[in-house]
Amino acid sequence: MKGSAAEILDDLRAQVGRLESQPTRERPTLPFGVRAIDDRLPGGGLAMGALHEVAGGGNSAVDGAAAALFAAGIAARTAGQVLWCVTRQDLFAAALAQAGLAADRVIYVETGDEKALLASFEEGARHGGLGAVVAEVSRLSMTSSRRLHLAAEASGTMAIAVRRWRRQTEAADFGQPTASVTRWRVSALPSEALPVPGVGRARWLLELIRCRAGESADFVVEACNAEGRLHIPADLAHRSHDARDGRRRA
Amino acid sequence: MPRVVSIFLPTWPIDRMMRAMGAAAPDGTRPLVLVGQHGRRRIVTAANIVAAELGLRSGMPATKAQAMVPDLIVQHADPEADAKALDRLAVWALRYSPVVAADAPDGIVMDTAGADHLHGGEVAMAADVGRRLRQAGISAKVAISDAWGASHALARFSADESVVSPRGATREGVERLSIAALRLPADIVHDLRKLGFERIWALLETPRAPLALRFGPLVGRRLDQAVGQASEPIDPIRPAEMIEVGRTFVEPIGAAETIARYIGKLVVTLCAELEERGLGALRVDLVCHLVDNRIQVARVGTAVPIRDAKRLTRLLCGKIETIDPGFGIEVLRVAATLVQPFATVQTMSSLIDAAPADVTGLVDILANRLGVSSLYRMAPAQSDVPERSFVRVGATAPNSETVWPIEWPRPSRLLASPEPIETVALLPDHPPVNFTWRGVRRRVKRADGPERVFGEWWKRDAELVAVRDYFRVEDEAGERFWIFRAGDGEDAATGSHRWYLHGIFG
Repeated sequence: MKGSAAEILDDLRAQVGRLESQPTRERPTLPFGVRAIDDRLPGGGLAMGALHEVAGGGNSAVDGAAAALFAAGIAARTAGQVLWCVTRQDLFAAALAQAGLAADRVIYVETGDEKALLASFEEGARHGGLGAVVAEVSRLSMTSSRRLHLAAEASGTMAIAVRRWRRQTEAADFGQPTASVTRWRVSALPSEALPVPGVGRARWLLELIRCRAGESADFVVEACNAEGRLHIPADLAHRSHDARDGRRRA
Repeated sequence: MPRVVSIFLPTWPIDRMMRAMGAAAPDGTRPLVLVGQHGRRRIVTAANIVAAELGLRSGMPATKAQAMVPDLIVQHADPEADAKALDRLAVWALRYSPVVAADAPDGIVMDTAGADHLHGGEVAMAADVGRRLRQAGISAKVAISDAWGASHALARFSADESVVSPRGATREGVERLSIAALRLPADIVHDLRKLGFERIWALLETPRAPLALRFGPLVGRRLDQAVGQASEPIDPIRPAEMIEVGRTFVEPIGAAETIARYIGKLVVTLCAELEERGLGALRVDLVCHLVDNRIQVARVGTAVPIRDAKRLTRLLCGKIETIDPGFGIEVLRVAATLVQPFATVQTMSSLIDAAPADVTGLVDILANRLGVSSLYRMAPAQSDVPERSFVRVGATAPNSETVWPIEWPRPSRLLASPEPIETVALLPDHPPVNFTWRGVRRRVKRADGPERVFGEWWKRDAELVAVRDYFRVEDEAGERFWIFRAGDGEDAATGSHRWYLHGIFG
């Protein structure tokens, strides 16, 4: 009986795979290099030709800054130039360089309004010559996210939407469903106490809220280093590793 | 809606002659006039600034001028050479717009609607025109408005070196000007003055019929042209060597898809021609001659020379929505106004890694859509002051040599200007115990610093002793901020000792 259930599931997965424009298993992925996170993602990493969403945890400006840095860390580990679309510029390029994304690699597009931003985002995702496209959007409808995802899928470029909002009313939009493959939420955590006075390496609570063909999870990580890599703190690594056993392979 | 740029060259014959003479040209600080033949009389046709200040005017008899200024330099005027040189200057002005014509005897006129975005907008473009001409030793004044008549008047009769009249405000721009700005024959202006007309608004408010009866139809026409009510098409110059392909339609076209289809066909021919001559296009114009004698243009620019038909078609088709076909397009032309040698080269194959992907195509598409200035990279600049530590460079600029120091952590968001915060802090070397930013009070749990940034006295004298002490602080919730104190905490001369928040860490 158990065997037949597995057979039915395999058959269903094959059917779904045929329906999807590109089979999930064949998609190239970008691993984080952190086993606890990669094991949770189908294909062992973030899908390359897909749309991903990153948001700050609360409505505070600080978490928005963490989300941008998290996106920069991912973009840093891709190859090639990165297009970063903003409506208004307030990124400090030196910080992105410290997260591994060298200034020479980033082309900024400052559009002034959200409509032109989404158009530039889509254009970048469609082009195919870029390593990654990042856009700081406040609203993302199902239609536009679907368009973005299809554009990214066709070109194999990773598209990352950093959700930002300046008003609380815009924050409600994040609850709406979108076509993005993964959804992350990054919030700042107090850094680990050092034996001397000072601020330690930044820590984030990284929540994988949604993951297509996977399950949601959350991790406590140390922020991107100069190569854009995250790190699971030593005292927590054991626990995160354990969590893997209870998981079903999707 | 056209946007007409009029360039006025007040001392064009003299500037041209000085340029033509090169090193042999007389010193610019001495009075100089050009003298030409007018019937049987020899009269002054142009005077440089020094001579004009001494009271010499064009139209004055040459002998009188020589009598007034003893050491006057007199040169022969050459109006034919002036006109020819003006035509050549108009060809140069094609860099700004595809529709350019010489506005004899002392100006250039062009329609820049749909082309100013490549020069950073109209204000920047007007400044750029004036700057480039002055660098070449040609004094120039530039005006932009909705109509040729208005721009012509503003360039010549406005005190400013560059005037940009807002869209739809043509009448407000010109009505305060003297009636001499109307491009009317001198005797009509003279007679109008006798009747008491001084400013254009006075003429605009007068009934037309008596004016037409007395002076003929010209006054009314010039008035309409000056306020942009009568169209005045510019007949664009086309240099013989310019690569241009066109197509005339028996039945005028207007639908976007039709225009796109013919653009595609024309671009293929254009690219074949470019290839034959070994050139690549940096700037391509789409010129639509409309049924009602208007010209609509769209211009696209590229970062590197290209002759890829697919890419050019894509760029031009992105501009179709800016074209208003009106009653239909009769003639469609595609011209490469700026070209560069572009030959095929052998590329070395490499076993090590693939060459980085070419993104100039994407840069072109976005730059033509949003304007060149909204596409940039951040390059490190040699400064310790955070807001001066980067410069915006073009998206395809070469990579920079300098890098930011990696040891000092930098916030991912930098506030446009530091925001004052209320703090409780021990001076001189301690970070605040708590601070209030945007109404929220935060207790500082941990802190790093200070990182001292000194003022840059070579930029401003006031910064000779100025100091900022930067701290990275973390509050109880783990949120990390970049705050600084103006001053070193001891000496009041180094700063106000107020605290500011300058950035947010991720």
